[in-house]
Amino acid sequence: MALLLFDLVLCALLLLLAGAAMLSRSLTQAVTLFIAFGVMMALAWARLKAPDLALAEAAIGAGLTGALCFTALVRYAKQPAYPQPALWRPLTFIGLVTALLLASLSQIPLQPSSAIPALVQQHLPQSGVSHPVTAVLLNFRAWDTLLELLVLLLALLGARQAPGDLPRYRGWSLSISWSRLLSPLLLLVSGYLLWRGAAAPGGAFQAGALLASGLVILRLNQQLSWLSWRHFWVRMLVLGGLLAFVLAGAVSLLLQDLGAVWLSWPQSIAGAVILIVESFATLAIAVTLTLLVVGEPKPEVADA
Amino acid sequence: MLSFYLYLGTAVLLVGIGGLGLWRGPELLRRILALNVIGAGIFMLMVTLAYRPVMQGEPADSVLHALVLTGLVVAVSATAFALALLGRLLTRAD
Repeated sequence: MALLLFDLVLCALLLLLAGAAMLSRSLTQAVTLFIAFGVMMALAWARLKAPDLALAEAAIGAGLTGALCFTALVRYAKQPAYPQPALWRPLTFIGLVTALLLASLSQIPLQPSSAIPALVQQHLPQSGVSHPVTAVLLNFRAWDTLLELLVLLLALLGARQAPGDLPRYRGWSLSISWSRLLSPLLLLVSGYLLWRGAAAPGGAFQAGALLASGLVILRLNQQLSWLSWRHFWVRMLVLGGLLAFVLAGAVSLLLQDLGAVWLSWPQSIAGAVILIVESFATLAIAVTLTLLVVGEPKPEVADA
Repeated sequence: MLSFYLYLGTAVLLVGIGGLGLWRGPELLRRILALNVIGAGIFMLMVTLAYRPVMQGEPADSVLHALVLTGLVVAVSATAFALALLGRLLTRAD
């Protein structure tokens, strides 16, 4: 009963925050409400027994997306206010479609009919890790993760083609000292998440996202000025996730007998391969997300 | 049981709210936020479906969780790309 009350309050909050973000008059309000919405989503994932997602959402949905949107807000400050369009036409149409969708929810069976979760449980001992989500991401469906790293790289390359000049943010002394205090802690926690991902919720994505948020905090406070695309090793870090993945795939193809499938690790060294691939993927995800969020700063001024 | 349908309904309503924001706008930034709300609704649908085995006392469906985890990272990179394009557009308009 208490849990149902919690669910009711959480769902009502989610809907209210999303609705208010969509309908509020000022864009600043909309972005702030959207960040709060991200935090509530993380809470919902934790409630729905998805701690991996809760960790990732807390770092990505609430942290990085918020920073991204606030950067975009700066550009809107110069724009004239937009007229508010009428609401009734979209409301009628969307309301109709949503009502139909809601009515179709009763068709969803309560019993899951897929045999895949049982298969995951059955093959978990051969995967090299004991946490099922990590096993799926880095072993059973490693293709997804490989292509996802490619998507991240493409997004970064695409964003680099459209540079917009942003006013440089001069660090504020309190936030600079706070970032110095916070960043070693974030580094420690993301390292722990990476290591822990083999046996418990955690892994490359959560660790990468958390590391990225730490790097963004430092970067926004005028530290880590080497962290830009101009630096050769930063480019190598960004590419490193994909390269390590492909190399691991090629090496394990050579180590196995003929007929082995691409991206299937030999059982005896699966744990080590997953850890190596995850470490490089964490660094690649962290650096790519950081570069996506902070963008390319203008060349340093001499006195800065 | 009741919570299951509650979260399913919330997921659908989130998609609806996002669709409303996507249609109405008026700013492009709000439309990008609306796309993210729609994405959150779809993720919530998937995670709620993954929750079904928990009601029978089994662990949750890890394949769906892995898919949503991949989706979260892809969503943020797509958002970052969209915002970069938006920034370019606004700089040109000046």
